Amino acid sequence: MRVNLTVNGRPMTADDVWEGESLLYVLRERLGLPGAKNACEQGECGSCTIYLDGAPVCACLVAAGQAEGREVVTVEGLAAAGGPGGELRDGPDGERDGERDGERDGGPGRGLNRGPDSGLNEVQRAFADAGAVQCGFCTPGLVVQAHALLAGADGVPPDADIREALAGNLCRCTGYEKILDAVRLAASRRHPHPPP
Amino acid sequence: MDFLRPLTWAEALALKAERPEATPIQGGTDVMVEINLDKGRPAALLDLTPVRDLRDWSREGGEIRVGAGVTYSRLIAELGADLPGLAQASRTVGSPQIRNRGTVAGNLGAASPAGDSHPPLLACGAVVEAESVRGTRLIPIGEFYTGVKRNALAPDELIRAVRVPAATGPQYFSKIGTRNAMVIAVCSFAVALDPSVRRVGTGIGSAAPTPRHAPRAEDFAAGELDWDGRGPLDSGVARRFGELVAASAAPIDDVRGRAAYRTHALAVMACRALGWAWDDVRAGDRRGSA
Repeated sequence: MRVNLTVNGRPMTADDVWEGESLLYVLRERLGLPGAKNACEQGECGSCTIYLDGAPVCACLVAAGQAEGREVVTVEGLAAAGGPGGELRDGPDGERDGERDGERDGGPGRGLNRGPDSGLNEVQRAFADAGAVQCGFCTPGLVVQAHALLAGADGVPPDADIREALAGNLCRCTGYEKILDAVRLAASRRHPHPPP
Repeated sequence: MDFLRPLTWAEALALKAERPEATPIQGGTDVMVEINLDKGRPAALLDLTPVRDLRDWSREGGEIRVGAGVTYSRLIAELGADLPGLAQASRTVGSPQIRNRGTVAGNLGAASPAGDSHPPLLACGAVVEAESVRGTRLIPIGEFYTGVKRNALAPDELIRAVRVPAATGPQYFSKIGTRNAMVIAVCSFAVALDPSVRRVGTGIGSAAPTPRHAPRAEDFAAGELDWDGRGPLDSGVARRFGELVAASAAPIDDVRGRAAYRTHALAVMACRALGWAWDDVRAGDRRGSA
């Protein structure tokens, strides 16, 4: 079957989609967006976290056909945007000027290999600065989920809130301390002067 | 496999009548796991997410009618005051990502004995609103679970909503697991008190082939609680309540825990949960708002 959806602000179409296929498979294997990672395929690890109509979800548990007509933002889409949704079309680097429908410009690493402050999202920058990355496999899911937490938070969230928000994202390399550091860092950079 | 995509509830019912073997899919948190891990392959998926009517909840008399498409996240955010037991249980489901997709109706459709929403639904006497092209059927929750992962739905029926009485007293949910997130219950327990009619409701999860009540424990506590004087909960009553709850269970040994552990844990959870609920009844009296 054919699935039409909007990914990172651009209309996209996937053809020959198997009816039992997940949105994760469509993103990675058909639309060239390997940022969301395929690990557990059962919603346990959070590595495939993406935004679906503004809510962070596990892409492995969304049937491809359920994404028909919906808005998806993947980790690749965060690099050029301050947040999910409307801001996507106004990326700071102007890359989205003169959009060409259907062209896959959201490929691997887009925006991630440039120098500092060149379009990395604040959460991505904080993960890099805090050293909250090791093998990197869990990182995209954690970045999207942390992004969602901070989008709905004022100031620096208490640790209990950060832990709760990230409870569905597993990292197997290391402890979670630097990941927590990264979330606090991203939040504090947004709110350098928290109210007393 | 076919992918059926009704845009209206009427269309969904017509498709289910035409294709009774189709598996309804809402949040996909159970259905997609089966497919991804190749544990089963439905003949067809009936995607209910485009049906807008299902995404609403409404207040009807003393009842909250929770549409089949209302996610756990919304239930937690919007119905915590009216349905505290169900909201507490919802908070223990999976992770934020899972709660953004999963629904109580999906939990009912899957009918796993370990589903988190079952104990509070049992404790407060919910009713499942099933519908088909033949009409609407209201199934009391105690009659809904018919076996391990089996329920009372006819092949052409879909869950339209679950009707849950708004709380008229304290409700608590308790769950045993290896951590505080992403946990399938080793066992779970819910209690609901209704001081106005002196009723005690219970629900047991993951400790029998189906979620179930503990009727003897309910009757015992309803008869022993000091409804008039609102004195402290007698420790012997609380302990006996726990024992009667545990006696209503029929647990097995499995990968998540042993039967003996489940029996013990249920007794402890029930004893504690009754204590929390009774403390709230007494505190309500002290605030003059019971």
